[in-house]
Amino acid sequence: MKILIVDDFSTMRRIIKNLLRDLGFTNTQEADDGLTALPMLKSGDFDFLVTDWNMPGMTGIDLLKAVRADDKLSATPVLMVTAEAKRDQIIEAAQAGVNGYVVKPFTAQALKEKIDKIFIRVDG
Amino acid sequence: MEMTSPLHDSEAFVGELRDCAKLLSDKLNGDDIEGASKLIEQLLEVRDRNIFNQVGQLTRGLHSALCNFSIDDGLTKEPPEMPSSENQNASENINYVIELTQKAADKTMDMVEASAPIALSLGQEAATLREEWARMKRREMTADEFRDVYQRVDDFFGQMNSGTAELNKNLQNIILEQGFQDLTGQVLKRVISLVKGVEENLVSLVRIAGQVEEITGLVDTADTEGKQNSVSTTAADIEAEGPQINADKRDDVVSGQDEVDDLLSSLGF
Repeated sequence: MKILIVDDFSTMRRIIKNLLRDLGFTNTQEADDGLTALPMLKSGDFDFLVTDWNMPGMTGIDLLKAVRADDKLSATPVLMVTAEAKRDQIIEAAQAGVNGYVVKPFTAQALKEKIDKIFIRVDG
Repeated sequence: MEMTSPLHDSEAFVGELRDCAKLLSDKLNGDDIEGASKLIEQLLEVRDRNIFNQVGQLTRGLHSALCNFSIDDGLTKEPPEMPSSENQNASENINYVIELTQKAADKTMDMVEASAPIALSLGQEAATLREEWARMKRREMTADEFRDVYQRVDDFFGQMNSGTAELNKNLQNIILEQGFQDLTGQVLKRVISLVKGVEENLVSLVRIAGQVEEITGLVDTADTEGKQNSVSTTAADIEAEGPQINADKRDDVVSGQDEVDDLLSSLGF
């Protein structure tokens, strides 16, 4: 399982990386915004994308839309981990095809739950 | 920070000024002194009005910069009625940073304080058992003593098991607590952009003050660069806003993961 973690704050990338490692996912890579993430996704056969929303360059929501619009990437599960907490935003993300939405600050338990849920659905 | 271009206004002003000047010269040439002095009064009035307009625009610009700091309404709406303390949002943001860093520091130290005794007691027990083990290897141990050690080793394995699980959990929580850096960073970036907005508006104020002199010919052309980039952000559909400071007081914002889950499941996710 190869996972791409996208967040403009390196601290948050490390946190997510650590939590994922704790859950048994050790094959992770990082990008600091959508513009760097998208080419990595296109050339890297990632199985899972974890992204922030609010980033300079290309935001997470735009990255999500770009992923869904790309023939090769459209089926990639996407988990959004973000401080964006407006109802409109969550609905927007859902409509854009997000697979899970975790608001910061989050617990290890919340992250694990969402990931488990995504993979049960993807596998099933 | 919506502002109509001061440049445009001043062009109109200069035009008016030129018209008046031409009239003035005509009147003076025609010896119409009374008409001329009326014109001069009119001229002063036009100039004052221009200054007032520009100062008014600037005040509005500054006001919206401060209001936008609350982020609530994005850049598209008119700023709300001027409250007595529009700086409140700025200080709320800064207070949020203080609160979050404090919480993270407290929690991190709590975790360390909870972990230290566990590590200490595991270490002490290991040291004691090691000594006992050495005695046993040297065959200095009675059967009764051995039975005692046997039981203690068994207990120790249990302690190791639960102790390391607890330590692991605490370490993970310490990592998680560092998320404050992201959240406060987003808020501080917002503070920086507020300060920039205010600064740009102040620069405009200086420029407007300069324009009066420029028009009267006292000072060379004031610099106009940077004039256009104060209003660059266009509000596209949905913009990122960063952490919500008063999530519990607002209806359009969720206050935690449970509400996110409820909202998504109500949408059929």
